[in-house]
Amino acid sequence: MVRTLLIRGMLAGIAAAALTFVFQYFVGEPALDGGIAFEDSLATAANEPAGVELVSRGTQSTLGLAVALLIYGVAFGGIFALVYAGVYGRVGRLSGRATSAVLALVGFVVVFAVPFVKYPANPPAASLDDTIGTRTGTYVMMVVLSVLVAVAAVVLGRRLVARLGAWNGVLLAALGYLVVMGVVGALLPVIDETPADFPATVLYDFRLASLGGQLVLWTVLGLVFGALVDGGSRRGSRAAMESAGR
Amino acid sequence: MSQAAALPASAVPVVPVRELLPWAVFAGVILLALLYLVGMDQGATSVFSGSMLHEFVHDGRHLLGFPCH
Repeated sequence: MVRTLLIRGMLAGIAAAALTFVFQYFVGEPALDGGIAFEDSLATAANEPAGVELVSRGTQSTLGLAVALLIYGVAFGGIFALVYAGVYGRVGRLSGRATSAVLALVGFVVVFAVPFVKYPANPPAASLDDTIGTRTGTYVMMVVLSVLVAVAAVVLGRRLVARLGAWNGVLLAALGYLVVMGVVGALLPVIDETPADFPATVLYDFRLASLGGQLVLWTVLGLVFGALVDGGSRRGSRAAMESAGR
Repeated sequence: MSQAAALPASAVPVVPVRELLPWAVFAGVILLALLYLVGMDQGATSVFSGSMLHEFVHDGRHLLGFPCH
């Protein structure tokens, strides 16, 4: 049963990655090129010789992007399926399809959107090379804490739902998550190193593309996985009814 | 828990924890390692030397929101 769910999760992840690739190829790449153009203009101004390209821009923006998204999609699809197997029937009494959709929304907010508010995605040349250690550490910290606080909110939420009813319980748990993450975000170090002359439109377009791509990824993941698991359970229940009728 | 009693037990096939746990640990570790390779390797920390991997997944890494250069 877990094996089937895991495979369906990874298949949904592949579908999500494919659509995200289409979105990012047309929306994200132009913004990313803007960052690279800025990087090149800095290098020209400083009279730096052109560096050796290990991977050409053409490969990075097509095959490289596709492979990166595919691995990301398969990995999150698999993790998504495992979490689904853990929560389905335990947290809430939603149908398979609805559980999948809610889980995708929660995943998008917890894994990406909330960390993005504190540490947004940056195009090339918008950060300093030397601070990659700090930036990676704080970003991972933000994502891990976001997941842990969300798990705590779900555990607490189940008790609140039993006491206050589904609507108020869920709202209160979500509010608790947001307040704690607000405090975490305020305590983690500020990273503010975008060059003053970095083109604002490039930064804006790039972050919007990053947000949009993740929205596409999680939406497709949640809906496709939901269709795959609910289709299966419908067939299963129909077969059960038929055998019961005989 | 009154809602739980209202639904027939067979309507929700809950995955038993002892069935889920080995999958969650094994697949979870592999999938997280994949995320690390796409998002972070050859950046702040390197499992593989050089920067071939970093350069190859470069665009995806930026657009997925991971810290990069």
